[in-house]
Amino acid sequence: MDHTALELLELGAVFFGLGLLGRLAQRIGLSPIPLYLIGGLAFGSGGIIPLGDIGEFTSLAGEVGVVLLLLLLGLEYTAAELVTGLRRSWTAGVLDIVLNASPGVAVALILGWGPVGAMVLGGVTYISSSGIVAKVLSDLGRLGNRETPVVLSVLVFEDLVMALYLPILTAVLLGVTLWGGVSAVAISLAVISVVLVVALRYGRYVSAIVDSDDREVFLLKVLGAALLVAGFAQAMQVSAAVGAFLLGIAISGSTAENATKLLEPLRDLFAAVFFVVFGLSTDPRAIPPVLGWALVLAVATTLTKIATGWWAARRARIGRMGRARAGAALVARGEFSIVIAGLAVGYAAVPAELSALATAYVLIMAVLGPIAARCAEPVMRAVPVRAPAVA
Amino acid sequence: MNVDVTPLPGIGVRKEIELRNGRRIGVISHRDGRIELILSRADDPDACVAALPLTVEEAGALANLLGAPQLVNQLNDEHRDLPGITTRKLPIKPNSPYDGRPLGDTALRTRTQVSVVAVMRAGQVHPSPTPDFVLAGGDIVIAVGLADKLEQAADVLSRG
Repeated sequence: MDHTALELLELGAVFFGLGLLGRLAQRIGLSPIPLYLIGGLAFGSGGIIPLGDIGEFTSLAGEVGVVLLLLLLGLEYTAAELVTGLRRSWTAGVLDIVLNASPGVAVALILGWGPVGAMVLGGVTYISSSGIVAKVLSDLGRLGNRETPVVLSVLVFEDLVMALYLPILTAVLLGVTLWGGVSAVAISLAVISVVLVVALRYGRYVSAIVDSDDREVFLLKVLGAALLVAGFAQAMQVSAAVGAFLLGIAISGSTAENATKLLEPLRDLFAAVFFVVFGLSTDPRAIPPVLGWALVLAVATTLTKIATGWWAARRARIGRMGRARAGAALVARGEFSIVIAGLAVGYAAVPAELSALATAYVLIMAVLGPIAARCAEPVMRAVPVRAPAVA
Repeated sequence: MNVDVTPLPGIGVRKEIELRNGRRIGVISHRDGRIELILSRADDPDACVAALPLTVEEAGALANLLGAPQLVNQLNDEHRDLPGITTRKLPIKPNSPYDGRPLGDTALRTRTQVSVVAVMRAGQVHPSPTPDFVLAGGDIVIAVGLADKLEQAADVLSRG
Protein backbone atom coordinates (compact mmCIF):
# COMPACT_ATOMS: atom_id res chain seq x y z
CA MET A 1 0.00 0.00 0.00
CA ASP A 2 1.41 3.40 -0.89
CA HIS A 3 2.03 6.12 1.64
CA THR A 4 -0.93 8.36 0.78
CA ALA A 5 -3.41 5.51 0.99
CA LEU A 6 -2.13 4.58 4.41
CA GLU A 7 -2.32 8.16 5.67
CA LEU A 8 -5.84 8.58 4.38
CA LEU A 9 -6.91 5.31 5.95
CA GLU A 10 -5.42 6.26 9.30
CA LEU A 11 -6.87 9.74 9.24
CA GLY A 12 -10.26 8.39 8.25
CA ALA A 13 -10.11 5.85 11.04
CA VAL A 14 -9.27 8.58 13.55
CA PHE A 15 -12.11 10.87 12.44
CA PHE A 16 -14.61 8.05 12.24
CA GLY A 17 -13.53 6.81 15.64
CA LEU A 18 -14.00 10.34 17.03
CA GLY A 19 -17.47 10.44 15.52
CA LEU A 20 -18.40 7.22 17.27
CA LEU A 21 -16.95 8.53 20.53
CA GLY A 22 -18.89 11.79 20.13
CA ARG A 23 -22.08 9.82 19.61
CA LEU A 24 -21.35 7.79 22.71
CA ALA A 25 -20.79 11.04 24.62
CA GLN A 26 -24.19 12.34 23.52
CA ARG A 27 -25.82 9.07 24.52
CA ILE A 28 -24.54 9.20 28.08
CA GLY A 29 -24.88 12.99 28.32
CA LEU A 30 -21.17 13.71 28.65
CA SER A 31 -18.94 16.33 27.13
CA PRO A 32 -17.04 14.64 24.28
CA ILE A 33 -13.70 16.11 25.42
CA PRO A 34 -12.76 13.30 27.83
CA LEU A 35 -13.65 10.69 25.22
CA TYR A 36 -11.50 12.41 22.57
CA LEU A 37 -8.62 12.37 25.04
CA ILE A 38 -9.17 8.67 25.63
CA GLY A 39 -9.24 8.19 21.87
CA GLY A 40 -5.89 9.93 21.60
CA LEU A 41 -4.47 7.78 24.39
CA ALA A 42 -5.63 4.66 22.61
CA PHE A 43 -4.07 5.62 19.28
CA GLY A 44 -0.81 6.95 20.73
CA SER A 45 2.44 5.29 21.62
CA GLY A 46 1.87 2.66 24.27
CA GLY A 47 -1.84 2.67 23.46
CA ILE A 48 -4.01 -0.09 22.08
CA ILE A 49 -3.62 0.68 18.38
CA PRO A 50 -0.55 2.86 17.87
CA LEU A 51 -0.92 4.91 14.71
CA GLY A 52 2.20 5.78 12.85
CA ASP A 53 2.70 8.68 10.60
CA ILE A 54 -0.20 11.10 10.54
CA GLY A 55 1.80 13.33 12.85
CA GLU A 56 2.49 16.18 10.46
CA PHE A 57 -1.10 16.85 9.53
CA THR A 58 -2.56 16.25 12.96
CA SER A 59 -0.12 18.46 14.85
CA LEU A 60 -0.82 21.42 12.57
CA ALA A 61 -4.54 20.67 12.67
CA GLY A 62 -4.27 20.63 16.46
CA GLU A 63 -2.68 24.07 16.40
CA VAL A 64 -5.52 25.31 14.18
CA GLY A 65 -7.90 23.73 16.71
CA VAL A 66 -6.47 25.83 19.52
CA VAL A 67 -6.67 28.98 17.39
CA LEU A 68 -10.32 28.29 16.55
CA LEU A 69 -11.21 27.42 20.15
CA LEU A 70 -9.90 30.77 21.33
CA LEU A 71 -11.24 32.71 18.33
CA LEU A 72 -14.77 31.48 19.02
CA LEU A 73 -14.35 32.19 22.70
CA GLY A 74 -13.50 35.78 21.76
CA LEU A 75 -16.43 35.96 19.35
CA GLU A 76 -18.81 35.01 22.16
CA TYR A 77 -18.05 38.14 24.10
CA THR A 78 -18.33 41.74 23.15
CA ALA A 79 -15.67 44.10 24.44
CA ALA A 80 -18.30 45.92 26.49
CA GLU A 81 -19.27 42.65 28.21
CA LEU A 82 -15.65 42.01 29.07
CA VAL A 83 -15.16 45.44 30.54
CA THR A 84 -18.31 45.36 32.67
CA GLY A 85 -17.52 41.78 33.69
CA LEU A 86 -14.09 42.90 34.78
CA ARG A 87 -15.48 45.78 36.80
CA ARG A 88 -18.20 43.76 38.43
CA SER A 89 -16.54 40.50 39.26
CA TRP A 90 -12.91 41.24 39.88
CA THR A 91 -13.05 40.32 43.56
CA ALA A 92 -14.61 36.94 42.83
CA GLY A 93 -12.13 36.61 39.96
CA VAL A 94 -9.14 37.17 42.22
CA LEU A 95 -10.49 34.73 44.80
CA ASP A 96 -11.00 32.26 41.95
CA ILE A 97 -7.32 32.52 40.96
CA VAL A 98 -6.04 32.18 44.52
CA LEU A 99 -8.27 29.25 45.48
CA ASN A 100 -8.06 27.22 42.30
CA ALA A 101 -4.51 27.75 41.10
CA SER A 102 -3.05 26.97 44.56
CA PRO A 103 -3.75 23.21 44.58
CA GLY A 104 -2.09 22.81 41.17
CA VAL A 105 0.88 24.92 42.19
CA ALA A 106 1.25 22.99 45.45
CA VAL A 107 1.12 19.55 43.83
CA ALA A 108 3.62 20.56 41.13
CA LEU A 109 6.04 21.80 43.79
CA ILE A 110 5.57 18.66 45.88
CA LEU A 111 6.35 16.52 42.83
CA GLY A 112 9.47 18.59 42.24
CA TRP A 113 8.48 20.06 38.87
CA GLY A 114 9.84 23.46 39.75
CA PRO A 115 8.32 26.92 39.30
CA VAL A 116 7.58 26.42 35.59
CA GLY A 117 5.69 23.19 36.24
CA ALA A 118 3.88 24.92 39.11
CA MET A 119 2.81 27.74 36.84
CA VAL A 120 1.51 25.30 34.22
CA LEU A 121 -0.37 23.04 36.64
CA GLY A 122 -1.79 26.06 38.46
CA GLY A 123 -3.27 27.21 35.16
CA VAL A 124 -4.61 23.72 34.45
CA THR A 125 -6.49 23.54 37.75
CA TYR A 126 -7.57 27.18 37.67
CA ILE A 127 -9.50 27.53 34.47
CA SER A 128 -13.05 26.24 34.18
CA SER A 129 -14.32 24.99 30.86
CA SER A 130 -16.62 27.76 29.66
CA GLY A 131 -17.84 25.44 26.89
CA ILE A 132 -18.96 22.69 29.28
CA VAL A 133 -20.34 25.15 31.84
CA ALA A 134 -22.43 27.11 29.34
CA LYS A 135 -23.81 23.90 27.87
CA VAL A 136 -24.68 22.46 31.27
CA LEU A 137 -26.42 25.68 32.33
CA SER A 138 -28.57 25.71 29.22
CA ASP A 139 -29.24 21.94 29.34
CA LEU A 140 -30.43 22.21 32.92
CA GLY A 141 -32.60 25.24 32.07
CA ARG A 142 -30.73 27.50 34.45
CA LEU A 143 -30.26 30.48 32.15
CA GLY A 144 -33.14 32.21 33.91
CA ASN A 145 -31.67 31.64 37.35
CA ARG A 146 -30.42 34.54 39.39
CA GLU A 147 -27.02 32.98 40.02
CA THR A 148 -26.32 32.42 36.32
CA PRO A 149 -24.96 35.92 35.59
CA VAL A 150 -22.60 35.43 38.53
CA VAL A 151 -21.32 32.17 37.04
CA LEU A 152 -20.95 33.73 33.60
CA SER A 153 -19.08 36.76 34.88
CA VAL A 154 -16.59 34.49 36.65
CA LEU A 155 -16.07 32.69 33.33
CA VAL A 156 -15.57 36.01 31.52
CA PHE A 157 -12.97 37.01 34.07
CA GLU A 158 -11.18 33.68 33.67
CA ASP A 159 -11.03 34.09 29.92
CA LEU A 160 -9.49 37.53 30.32
CA VAL A 161 -6.97 36.11 32.77
CA MET A 162 -6.16 33.47 30.13
CA ALA A 163 -5.35 36.25 27.67
CA LEU A 164 -2.83 37.61 30.16
CA TYR A 165 -1.55 34.28 31.41
CA LEU A 166 -0.80 32.58 28.09
CA PRO A 167 1.74 35.16 26.86
CA ILE A 168 3.47 35.12 30.25
CA LEU A 169 3.51 31.33 30.20
CA THR A 170 4.90 31.34 26.66
CA ALA A 171 7.68 33.66 27.76
CA VAL A 172 8.46 31.47 30.77
CA LEU A 173 8.42 28.27 28.70
CA LEU A 174 10.85 29.80 26.24
CA GLY A 175 13.10 30.31 29.24
CA VAL A 176 13.48 34.03 28.83
CA THR A 177 15.25 36.12 31.39
CA LEU A 178 13.38 38.08 34.04
CA TRP A 179 13.63 41.20 31.89
CA GLY A 180 12.29 39.28 28.89
CA GLY A 181 9.40 38.02 31.02
CA VAL A 182 8.57 41.53 32.20
CA SER A 183 8.65 42.87 28.65
CA ALA A 184 6.43 39.98 27.46
CA VAL A 185 3.92 40.88 30.15
CA ALA A 186 4.14 44.56 29.27
CA ILE A 187 3.69 43.84 25.55
CA SER A 188 0.70 41.57 26.12
CA LEU A 189 -0.93 44.02 28.53
CA ALA A 190 -0.48 46.82 26.03
CA VAL A 191 -1.82 44.69 23.18
CA ILE A 192 -4.86 43.61 25.21
CA SER A 193 -5.62 47.21 26.19
CA VAL A 194 -5.26 48.38 22.58
CA VAL A 195 -7.52 45.59 21.33
CA LEU A 196 -10.17 46.36 23.95
CA VAL A 197 -10.13 50.05 23.05
CA VAL A 198 -10.21 49.29 19.33
CA ALA A 199 -13.03 46.80 19.83
CA LEU A 200 -15.03 49.24 21.95
CA ARG A 201 -14.57 52.20 19.61
CA TYR A 202 -13.87 50.82 16.15
CA GLY A 203 -15.16 47.25 16.35
CA ARG A 204 -17.33 47.84 13.29
CA TYR A 205 -14.29 48.58 11.09
CA VAL A 206 -12.59 45.34 12.13
CA SER A 207 -15.86 43.55 11.44
CA ALA A 208 -16.14 45.29 8.08
CA ILE A 209 -12.72 44.02 6.99
CA VAL A 210 -13.68 40.35 7.40
CA ASP A 211 -17.40 40.68 6.67
CA SER A 212 -18.88 39.46 3.41
CA ASP A 213 -22.32 38.45 2.20
CA ASP A 214 -20.90 35.44 0.44
CA ARG A 215 -20.47 32.50 2.80
CA GLU A 216 -17.40 31.12 1.12
CA VAL A 217 -15.58 34.44 0.95
CA PHE A 218 -16.53 35.19 4.54
CA LEU A 219 -15.28 31.83 5.80
CA LEU A 220 -11.96 32.19 4.01
CA LYS A 221 -11.50 35.77 5.22
CA VAL A 222 -12.28 35.01 8.86
CA LEU A 223 -10.17 31.87 8.94
CA GLY A 224 -7.34 33.61 7.10
CA ALA A 225 -7.45 36.62 9.42
CA ALA A 226 -7.47 34.36 12.49
CA LEU A 227 -4.46 32.36 11.33
CA LEU A 228 -2.60 35.53 10.27
CA VAL A 229 -3.18 37.20 13.63
CA ALA A 230 -2.35 33.97 15.47
CA GLY A 231 0.86 33.51 13.50
CA PHE A 232 1.83 37.13 14.04
CA ALA A 233 1.15 36.83 17.78
CA GLN A 234 3.23 33.65 17.90
CA ALA A 235 6.07 35.46 16.13
CA MET A 236 5.84 38.25 18.71
CA GLN A 237 6.03 35.48 21.34
CA VAL A 238 2.60 36.39 22.70
CA SER A 239 1.09 32.96 21.91
CA ALA A 240 -1.08 32.20 18.90
CA ALA A 241 -4.12 31.40 21.00
CA VAL A 242 -4.19 34.87 22.56
CA GLY A 243 -3.94 36.55 19.16
CA ALA A 244 -6.97 34.60 18.00
CA PHE A 245 -8.86 35.40 21.21
CA LEU A 246 -8.25 39.12 20.82
CA LEU A 247 -9.27 39.06 17.15
CA GLY A 248 -12.48 37.35 18.25
CA ILE A 249 -13.17 40.15 20.73
CA ALA A 250 -12.52 42.82 18.11
CA ILE A 251 -15.05 41.28 15.72
CA SER A 252 -18.50 42.16 16.96
CA GLY A 253 -22.20 42.41 16.19
CA SER A 254 -23.80 40.42 13.42
CA THR A 255 -20.42 39.66 11.87
CA ALA A 256 -19.44 37.84 15.05
CA GLU A 257 -22.68 35.88 15.07
CA ASN A 258 -22.31 34.80 11.45
CA ALA A 259 -18.67 33.93 11.96
CA THR A 260 -19.60 31.79 14.96
CA LYS A 261 -22.20 29.91 12.94
CA LEU A 262 -19.75 29.27 10.11
CA LEU A 263 -16.77 28.34 12.22
CA GLU A 264 -18.46 26.14 14.82
CA PRO A 265 -18.27 22.92 12.80
CA LEU A 266 -14.67 23.68 11.84
CA ARG A 267 -13.79 24.35 15.44
CA ASP A 268 -15.39 21.10 16.56
CA LEU A 269 -13.40 19.19 13.96
CA PHE A 270 -10.02 20.77 14.61
CA ALA A 271 -10.47 20.96 18.39
CA ALA A 272 -11.26 17.24 18.40
CA VAL A 273 -8.01 16.67 16.53
CA PHE A 274 -6.22 18.83 19.07
CA PHE A 275 -7.49 16.73 22.00
CA VAL A 276 -6.47 13.58 20.15
CA VAL A 277 -3.01 14.97 19.44
CA PHE A 278 -2.64 15.79 23.11
CA GLY A 279 -3.76 12.28 23.98
CA LEU A 280 -1.33 10.90 21.39
CA SER A 281 1.55 12.74 23.00
CA THR A 282 0.69 11.24 26.37
CA ASP A 283 1.77 7.71 27.11
CA PRO A 284 -1.15 5.97 28.84
CA ARG A 285 1.36 3.95 30.86
CA ALA A 286 2.35 7.23 32.55
CA ILE A 287 -1.14 7.78 33.94
CA PRO A 288 -1.49 5.15 36.70
CA PRO A 289 1.49 6.52 38.71
CA VAL A 290 -0.05 10.02 38.76
CA LEU A 291 -3.66 8.92 39.17
CA GLY A 292 -3.53 9.35 42.94
CA TRP A 293 -2.41 12.96 42.56
CA ALA A 294 -5.04 13.56 39.90
CA LEU A 295 -7.71 12.39 42.34
CA VAL A 296 -6.30 14.57 45.11
CA LEU A 297 -6.39 17.57 42.75
CA ALA A 298 -9.89 16.67 41.57
CA VAL A 299 -11.28 16.61 45.11
CA ALA A 300 -9.42 19.74 46.21
CA THR A 301 -10.28 21.83 43.17
CA THR A 302 -13.90 20.69 43.15
CA LEU A 303 -14.19 22.07 46.66
CA THR A 304 -12.32 25.28 45.81
CA LYS A 305 -14.50 25.97 42.75
CA ILE A 306 -17.64 25.36 44.79
CA ALA A 307 -16.29 27.78 47.39
CA THR A 308 -15.57 30.36 44.67
CA GLY A 309 -19.07 30.15 43.20
CA TRP A 310 -20.65 30.07 46.66
CA TRP A 311 -18.83 33.23 47.69
CA ALA A 312 -19.50 35.07 44.42
CA ALA A 313 -23.20 34.18 44.58
CA ARG A 314 -23.43 35.21 48.22
CA ARG A 315 -22.06 38.63 47.31
CA ALA A 316 -24.86 38.90 44.77
CA ARG A 317 -27.32 38.21 47.64
CA ILE A 318 -28.42 34.83 46.36
CA GLY A 319 -29.85 32.12 48.63
CA ARG A 320 -28.09 28.95 49.75
CA MET A 321 -29.51 26.80 46.95
CA GLY A 322 -28.39 29.27 44.32
CA ARG A 323 -24.93 29.52 45.90
CA ALA A 324 -24.53 25.75 45.74
CA ARG A 325 -25.72 25.72 42.12
CA ALA A 326 -23.27 28.48 41.18
CA GLY A 327 -20.38 26.69 42.84
CA ALA A 328 -21.14 23.32 41.32
CA ALA A 329 -21.65 24.82 37.87
CA LEU A 330 -18.05 26.05 37.82
CA VAL A 331 -16.45 22.69 38.63
CA ALA A 332 -15.96 21.43 35.06
CA ARG A 333 -12.48 21.79 33.57
CA GLY A 334 -11.83 20.96 29.96
CA GLU A 335 -10.52 22.41 26.76
CA PHE A 336 -8.47 25.28 28.20
CA SER A 337 -6.71 23.14 30.78
CA ILE A 338 -5.60 20.96 27.89
CA VAL A 339 -4.61 24.04 25.85
CA ILE A 340 -2.35 25.15 28.71
CA ALA A 341 -0.85 21.69 29.24
CA GLY A 342 -0.45 21.24 25.48
CA LEU A 343 1.43 24.52 25.20
CA ALA A 344 3.81 23.44 27.96
CA VAL A 345 4.35 19.99 26.46
CA GLY A 346 4.93 21.60 23.05
CA TYR A 347 7.90 23.58 24.38
CA ALA A 348 9.21 20.48 26.18
CA ALA A 349 9.78 22.65 29.24
CA VAL A 350 7.94 20.35 31.68
CA PRO A 351 8.32 16.68 32.60
CA ALA A 352 6.23 14.15 30.67
CA GLU A 353 4.39 13.20 33.86
CA LEU A 354 2.75 16.62 33.79
CA SER A 355 0.85 15.90 30.60
CA ALA A 356 -0.20 12.54 32.04
CA LEU A 357 -1.41 14.23 35.22
CA ALA A 358 -3.20 16.98 33.25
CA THR A 359 -4.87 14.36 31.06
CA ALA A 360 -6.03 12.30 34.04
CA TYR A 361 -7.20 15.44 35.84
CA VAL A 362 -9.20 16.77 32.89
CA LEU A 363 -10.67 13.32 32.25
CA ILE A 364 -11.98 13.33 35.81
CA MET A 365 -13.12 16.96 35.89
CA ALA A 366 -14.85 17.03 32.52
CA VAL A 367 -16.98 14.12 33.69
CA LEU A 368 -17.37 15.27 37.28
CA GLY A 369 -18.31 18.87 36.41
CA PRO A 370 -21.68 18.23 34.78
CA ILE A 371 -22.48 15.58 37.41
CA ALA A 372 -21.70 18.05 40.21
CA ALA A 373 -23.91 20.67 38.57
CA ARG A 374 -26.79 18.19 38.43
CA CYS A 375 -26.31 16.97 41.99
CA ALA A 376 -25.99 20.39 43.65
CA GLU A 377 -29.68 20.72 44.47
CA PRO A 378 -30.40 17.18 45.74
CA VAL A 379 -27.26 17.29 47.90
CA MET A 380 -28.27 20.65 49.35
CA ARG A 381 -31.73 19.31 50.13
CA ALA A 382 -30.23 16.35 51.92
CA VAL A 383 -28.10 18.61 54.08
CA PRO A 384 -30.17 19.75 57.04
CA VAL A 385 -30.51 23.50 57.36
CA ARG A 386 -29.90 24.90 60.81
CA ALA A 387 -32.29 27.78 60.41
CA PRO A 388 -35.98 26.91 60.02
CA ALA A 389 -37.00 26.85 56.37
CA VAL A 390 -39.03 29.86 55.34
CA ALA A 391 -42.10 28.92 53.39
CA MET B 1 -43.37 48.60 36.02
CA ASN B 2 -39.73 47.86 36.72
CA VAL B 3 -38.02 45.70 34.10
CA ASP B 4 -34.71 44.22 35.22
CA VAL B 5 -32.29 43.78 32.33
CA THR B 6 -29.36 41.46 32.97
CA PRO B 7 -26.74 40.80 30.31
CA LEU B 8 -25.71 37.15 30.05
CA PRO B 9 -22.22 37.29 28.51
CA GLY B 10 -21.87 34.93 25.60
CA ILE B 11 -25.55 34.00 25.67
CA GLY B 12 -27.77 37.05 25.36
CA VAL B 13 -29.92 39.26 27.56
CA ARG B 14 -32.43 38.45 30.27
CA LYS B 15 -35.34 40.82 30.89
CA GLU B 16 -37.72 40.14 33.73
CA ILE B 17 -40.25 41.72 36.05
CA GLU B 18 -40.96 40.86 39.65
CA LEU B 19 -44.60 40.02 40.28
CA ARG B 20 -46.52 41.15 43.34
CA ASN B 21 -46.18 37.70 44.89
CA GLY B 22 -42.40 37.91 44.60
CA ARG B 23 -41.99 35.57 41.63
CA ARG B 24 -40.06 36.62 38.56
CA ILE B 25 -41.31 36.29 35.01
CA GLY B 26 -39.40 37.28 31.94
CA VAL B 27 -37.71 36.37 28.73
CA ILE B 28 -34.20 35.43 27.69
CA SER B 29 -33.30 36.80 24.27
CA HIS B 30 -30.52 34.64 22.90
CA ARG B 31 -27.92 36.11 20.59
CA ASP B 32 -29.08 33.86 17.78
CA GLY B 33 -32.62 35.25 18.04
CA ARG B 34 -34.17 32.45 20.10
CA ILE B 35 -36.59 33.54 22.82
CA GLU B 36 -37.18 31.71 26.10
CA LEU B 37 -39.96 32.44 28.55
CA ILE B 38 -38.85 32.01 32.14
CA LEU B 39 -40.74 31.83 35.42
CA SER B 40 -39.08 31.62 38.80
CA ARG B 41 -39.85 28.80 41.20
CA ALA B 42 -42.17 29.41 44.12
CA ASP B 43 -39.95 27.71 46.69
CA ASP B 44 -36.66 29.11 45.41
CA PRO B 45 -36.86 32.60 43.90
CA ASP B 46 -33.33 32.27 42.50
CA ALA B 47 -34.22 29.26 40.36
CA CYS B 48 -36.56 28.77 37.42
CA VAL B 49 -39.47 26.41 37.23
CA ALA B 50 -39.41 26.43 33.45
CA ALA B 51 -37.65 27.88 30.49
CA LEU B 52 -39.94 27.58 27.51
CA PRO B 53 -38.48 28.11 24.06
CA LEU B 54 -40.82 30.32 22.00
CA THR B 55 -40.85 30.97 18.28
CA VAL B 56 -41.24 34.60 17.20
CA GLU B 57 -44.86 33.91 16.21
CA GLU B 58 -45.63 32.27 19.55
CA ALA B 59 -44.06 35.14 21.44
CA GLY B 60 -46.13 37.59 19.39
CA ALA B 61 -49.35 35.71 20.04
CA LEU B 62 -48.61 35.58 23.75
CA ALA B 63 -47.81 39.28 23.78
CA ASN B 64 -51.18 39.99 22.14
CA LEU B 65 -52.99 37.88 24.72
CA LEU B 66 -51.29 39.77 27.49
CA GLY B 67 -51.36 43.24 26.00
CA ALA B 68 -54.82 43.50 24.44
CA PRO B 69 -56.91 43.34 27.66
CA GLN B 70 -54.97 46.26 29.09
CA LEU B 71 -55.68 48.37 26.02
CA VAL B 72 -59.35 47.42 26.00
CA ASN B 73 -59.72 48.26 29.70
CA GLN B 74 -58.09 51.60 29.12
CA LEU B 75 -60.40 52.45 26.22
CA ASN B 76 -63.48 51.25 28.09
CA ASP B 77 -62.53 53.50 30.97
CA GLU B 78 -62.22 56.45 28.62
CA HIS B 79 -65.69 56.26 27.15
CA ARG B 80 -67.49 54.93 30.20
CA ASP B 81 -69.88 57.92 30.12
CA LEU B 82 -70.99 57.18 26.55
CA PRO B 83 -73.98 54.83 26.96
CA GLY B 84 -73.87 51.62 24.93
CA ILE B 85 -70.38 52.18 23.56
CA THR B 86 -67.87 49.42 24.32
CA THR B 87 -64.49 48.27 23.14
CA ARG B 88 -63.80 44.75 21.93
CA LYS B 89 -60.89 42.67 20.73
CA LEU B 90 -61.59 41.11 17.36
CA PRO B 91 -59.00 38.48 16.43
CA ILE B 92 -57.88 37.96 12.83
CA LYS B 93 -57.47 34.20 12.59
CA PRO B 94 -54.81 32.82 10.26
CA ASN B 95 -57.53 31.45 7.96
CA SER B 96 -59.52 34.70 7.94
CA PRO B 97 -60.37 36.05 4.49
CA TYR B 98 -58.66 39.30 5.47
CA ASP B 99 -55.31 37.69 6.30
CA GLY B 100 -52.92 39.60 4.08
CA ARG B 101 -55.45 42.17 2.87
CA PRO B 102 -55.66 45.85 3.74
CA LEU B 103 -58.00 47.02 6.49
CA GLY B 104 -59.95 49.09 3.95
CA ASP B 105 -61.19 45.88 2.28
CA THR B 106 -63.18 44.96 5.38
CA ALA B 107 -65.34 48.10 5.05
CA LEU B 108 -66.15 47.67 8.76
CA ARG B 109 -67.14 51.30 9.25
CA THR B 110 -69.66 51.18 6.38
CA ARG B 111 -71.04 47.75 7.18
CA THR B 112 -71.20 47.81 10.99
CA GLN B 113 -70.56 51.44 12.08
CA VAL B 114 -67.77 50.35 14.42
CA SER B 115 -64.43 52.18 14.47
CA VAL B 116 -61.12 50.41 14.46
CA VAL B 117 -58.97 52.28 16.98
CA ALA B 118 -55.90 50.07 16.94
CA VAL B 119 -54.41 46.82 15.74
CA MET B 120 -52.23 44.74 18.03
CA ARG B 121 -49.48 42.75 16.43
CA ALA B 122 -46.84 40.82 18.40
CA GLY B 123 -47.65 42.84 21.49
CA GLN B 124 -47.09 46.13 19.64
CA VAL B 125 -49.98 48.55 19.38
CA HIS B 126 -50.51 50.13 15.97
CA PRO B 127 -52.89 53.01 16.82
CA SER B 128 -55.43 54.45 14.33
CA PRO B 129 -54.52 52.21 11.41
CA THR B 130 -55.18 53.68 7.95
CA PRO B 131 -57.36 51.82 5.40
CA ASP B 132 -54.20 50.61 3.63
CA PHE B 133 -52.88 48.90 6.81
CA VAL B 134 -52.37 45.25 5.79
CA LEU B 135 -53.85 42.77 8.26
CA ALA B 136 -52.17 39.49 9.09
CA GLY B 137 -53.25 36.29 10.80
CA GLY B 138 -52.71 36.59 14.56
CA ASP B 139 -53.48 40.32 14.65
CA ILE B 140 -56.02 41.57 17.13
CA VAL B 141 -58.24 44.42 15.94
CA ILE B 142 -59.40 46.72 18.71
CA ALA B 143 -62.77 48.19 17.73
CA VAL B 144 -65.19 50.60 19.42
CA GLY B 145 -68.90 50.62 18.84
CA LEU B 146 -72.31 49.41 20.00
CA ALA B 147 -72.29 45.93 21.49
CA ASP B 148 -74.47 44.25 18.84
CA LYS B 149 -72.60 45.98 16.01
CA LEU B 150 -69.34 44.64 17.42
CA GLU B 151 -70.82 41.12 17.16
CA GLN B 152 -71.42 41.79 13.49
CA ALA B 153 -67.93 43.12 13.04
CA ALA B 154 -66.47 39.96 14.56
CA ASP B 155 -68.50 37.96 12.05
CA VAL B 156 -67.29 40.08 9.15
CA LEU B 157 -63.66 39.60 10.13
CA SER B 158 -63.93 35.84 10.50
CA ARG B 159 -66.20 35.10 7.50
CA GLY B 160 -65.72 38.01 5.11
